[in-house]
Amino acid sequence: MNSMVDVLVIGGGVAGMEAAGQLARSGYSVILAEKEPLTGGHLKNWYHLFPDRRDGNEVGEYLDNLVKNKNIEIRNNTCITGITGRKGKFTATASDGQVVEAEAVIVATGFDLFDSRRKEEYGYGIYPNVITSADLEKMFRNGSVKLADGGVPARIGFIHCVGSRDEKVGNLYCSKLCCITAVKQAMEVHEKISGVKTFCFYMDMRMGGAYYEEIYREAQEKYGVSFIRGKVSEVSQGYNGRLVIKAEDTLAGRPLRMELDMVVLMAGMEMSDAGEILAGKSSLRRGENRFFSTADNHTASNRSNMKGVFYAGTCTAPMNITESISHARAAVTEVVSYLREKKQRDE
Amino acid sequence: MKDFDIFVLPFNTGLYFILIYCVVRCVIWFRQLSRADKLRLQRGFFGRAFGQSLKEIFMESLIHRRILKSKPVLGYMHMSLAFGWFLLILFGTIEADIFGAKHLNPPYRAIFFRFFNPDHGTTGLTRIWSFWMDLLLAFILSGLLLAVIKRFIPGVVGMKKTTRHKPADRIALTALWLIFPSRLLAESFTCGAHGSGSFLTGTTGAWLASFLPAETLAYPFWWLYSLSLGVFFILLPVTRYMHIPTELFLIFMRNSGISTGDKTGTFSEVQIHSCSSCGMCIDACQMNFVTGIRYMQPVYLHRSIRNDEDITEIAHDCLMCGRCEEVCPVGIEISAVRMIQRRNKTGEPLVKNNWMGYFRNRNNVGSEKSDTGQVYNLRNGREVKQADVIYFAGCMTHLTPGIKEAMMKIFRASGEKVWFMDEEGGACCGRPLMLAGNDREARELINYNSEIIRKSGAKTLVTSCPICYNVFRDSYYLEAEVMHHTEYLKHLIDDGNLRFNYSGRKVVYHDPCELGRIAGIYDAPREVLSWVADLHEIPEREEKGLCCGGSLGNLILNPSKKAAIASDAVKRLTRNNPEMIVTSCPLCKKTFSQVSHVKVSDIAEVTADEIAAVQVRKPRRPASVSLKVMVKQLLE
Amino acid sequence: MNKFGFTLSVPRVIDYDKNDRSVADLIAAKEPTFRLCIECGTCAATCTAGNFTDFSLREINVLLRRGENEAAAEKINRCMLCGKCILVCPRGVNTRNVLFIARETLSKTNGHERL
Repeated sequence: MNSMVDVLVIGGGVAGMEAAGQLARSGYSVILAEKEPLTGGHLKNWYHLFPDRRDGNEVGEYLDNLVKNKNIEIRNNTCITGITGRKGKFTATASDGQVVEAEAVIVATGFDLFDSRRKEEYGYGIYPNVITSADLEKMFRNGSVKLADGGVPARIGFIHCVGSRDEKVGNLYCSKLCCITAVKQAMEVHEKISGVKTFCFYMDMRMGGAYYEEIYREAQEKYGVSFIRGKVSEVSQGYNGRLVIKAEDTLAGRPLRMELDMVVLMAGMEMSDAGEILAGKSSLRRGENRFFSTADNHTASNRSNMKGVFYAGTCTAPMNITESISHARAAVTEVVSYLREKKQRDE
Repeated sequence: MKDFDIFVLPFNTGLYFILIYCVVRCVIWFRQLSRADKLRLQRGFFGRAFGQSLKEIFMESLIHRRILKSKPVLGYMHMSLAFGWFLLILFGTIEADIFGAKHLNPPYRAIFFRFFNPDHGTTGLTRIWSFWMDLLLAFILSGLLLAVIKRFIPGVVGMKKTTRHKPADRIALTALWLIFPSRLLAESFTCGAHGSGSFLTGTTGAWLASFLPAETLAYPFWWLYSLSLGVFFILLPVTRYMHIPTELFLIFMRNSGISTGDKTGTFSEVQIHSCSSCGMCIDACQMNFVTGIRYMQPVYLHRSIRNDEDITEIAHDCLMCGRCEEVCPVGIEISAVRMIQRRNKTGEPLVKNNWMGYFRNRNNVGSEKSDTGQVYNLRNGREVKQADVIYFAGCMTHLTPGIKEAMMKIFRASGEKVWFMDEEGGACCGRPLMLAGNDREARELINYNSEIIRKSGAKTLVTSCPICYNVFRDSYYLEAEVMHHTEYLKHLIDDGNLRFNYSGRKVVYHDPCELGRIAGIYDAPREVLSWVADLHEIPEREEKGLCCGGSLGNLILNPSKKAAIASDAVKRLTRNNPEMIVTSCPLCKKTFSQVSHVKVSDIAEVTADEIAAVQVRKPRRPASVSLKVMVKQLLE
Repeated sequence: MNKFGFTLSVPRVIDYDKNDRSVADLIAAKEPTFRLCIECGTCAATCTAGNFTDFSLREINVLLRRGENEAAAEKINRCMLCGKCILVCPRGVNTRNVLFIARETLSKTNGHERL
């Protein structure tokens, strides 16, 4: 069990799987440690992906095939809680006592979704029809969008920036994906429920990705999604059981009150608990946003402060799937050159 | 034997100056009292208050009982200086009267007794007397030593931060410090030259005389002794030491039933002058010990008012948690004094000092804020529902819907007829405006809300926010009984209207400032909690409870510092690893939730979760009979 | 000089160069979080006073920053100082202090005199 492998990849989400798969293809021996019973990360729970709204399972299948490689040993239910060692000999310990030894490490611990109960004023966990974007994806996968009492919602509000760009919860950063996710989800709601009315409450529409702006246009043009500029301050439940939201329509300059059947909170991304534990039991540095901080923002976004330990994906900052995969591949190049140089030195 | 010597002049000048000054000052203060307060004071002076005041003066101004109880070493320091000096003067006067040349001497004969009677104290009773006088001097000097240590090594004498002082204070302090050492040396040299004196002055004198010309050196030290006393007395009115005579006046006023009120006046001014700058408030202040902010505590506020500085920022940079008031040994109504400063038009000092700061020109009292007219334009004719119980959640509770929903669950289980008055949002209760000193605007809101409550015909008004609770109780004139939901829950339990399951969860209770120190409700939440959970207490509870940091009392403190105060409070609350922090204020809940890893809940949520499935309900009491009336009927 | 027709009637334009932005500067100096506002409107959404009268802290904030002091002074006294806005502001603006300083400053200058 304790024999040395070339690379240990911590985290079996999109970035971890991509990195492990690419390393294995180049002939390196890899252990892929995943804390859950199955690999696939958050992608497993996502229905369709933006901007082209393809089925998330397709990307999942690609990744699953990629890690089906004799050079990869997948260890599920293995939560790595600490890394020690330096220069080509690292020892990682798992919560269940397993020990893994590797010449290089890729940390791909990913992100956790913001726990929306922390924004109590939005009533998540209090009012049954206040759900999160992740809950809505589950509903899409199950085939129907329903209220808690089984009814069909006629009006759905999407609240952007829940747990992002919010000093009150300690997250100053933008999670980047929530705006586009809200647009995508609003469109999908229209496809599932005919005649539904949807409203997106935003502070800024951040549509900075390929074809993002286009689907924003499509949402308005084809589906009539309403976009209201104003952050919602609170959600409550009226006598009739409908949800009531309060916002300011900042462009009209007047307070706005609206009854809704369902409120979807666009939960942001936070440093994962697994990443926090790992950071606590190793000397890996973190930034003010609590994500791992990279050696250089521009030229070494995969390198950590420990030589031989690299980062891939959203453990360093919010990223979409495209970026995660690219970042993981970049990590692979870093690992390959590191191992090659080490080999040369050893000889 | 001489009767007089020129060196006593500084002392005489100082003494007569300060005596006349105190009389004049008291007369001025008395004349500026309102008619009612004048009557109160007169009645107090010839009534029971007089005895109470004498007792209090003895216990607090001389013995310093309150400081002694909380900080023994600091208390000893104050006691030795105050009580020791008092005894020294008392016994010195008796000494001069009995053993002096004649009876009824001028004061200087007692103070400089040894100079005029250098050979006294060598035989019989006089030896014992001299021993006693030496003992008193030693007692004072021991306290003085502590004071010096405290000045140079803060933290040794039980107080972490010594207050910063202005130049006049420094000179007065130096004079004060010199008084007793110079007395020791003057007496010692005289005793050394004459072979008199007891264990302290005698021994020191003999030793000094063995290698120094004691007779010649004694005289300059008598001069120094007299000068230090004179300087100290003359500077007294412009330094913090004015608190010594002022506090006596304050005690009389307070025992006569005079209180601060909401306007500037003699009482607030006397209180400001009674502050001894002991610094107990600095230690108690979370803004000091968490965030290191050290310029706005009551000592500094009072000093700045005395010095006629712009106090706008100081007055507003305070959480108004009231922790300082709990520890103030002088018993100053600190929050009320601060509120007066806030009400005042900013930027203008309340009272202008003139004539070197010895007297204050009362004509320059700052004007009140101008009338801004009706500002809210509140619509009347709002829909009002008839109910027995009216529920006013409060602004903040709308941001913590968990509390709101829990209360609705409790109301449903209680079976009472409840109207949720501000379900769709209501007018503010008015307290935040008052805290900022805008009473006139607050009155507008109060009238609006009062009208609605009156129309509903409710007998009970329940609120979830302790801030609203205080303002409904103190600033509204309502027929309905005002209850915070902790009290309401207790009342439901007492009446047998609601039963709970015991969850056994380990919880800690946080006393919100507004419900605890300000409203004085400590037992109701604890009793209610004991029905549903396993309550663990921490030392910082009840009167010593912490501020959550989210206080609306402070306009200036920035969010990160507020968060630091909240984190510190959470750290202290969770020392014994409770499962949950329970509080009874939406603001505390919200503030703690942002920084706590332990779950934070309101008492309403904790109890609503444990409402027993089977309710054995007693027959409902008639709605028109209030709780108080029922208790009365039962007693009869 | 081309005035783009603005002189034809009472100008609606915010004359950024002529406007007196010293009030905003003073507020920012005393309460630096004033600068952090991104006009999201949460404060106005939750506002107790805003339910009753034409009062929006967001609007006041933007008016002051543009130097439209008179317009701000007209509305600024309607705040009830309840402080709900502090609890919801995602940028951590110390809203009550901003308002407090603005009120004091505007009452001294009557909204239009230069400081």
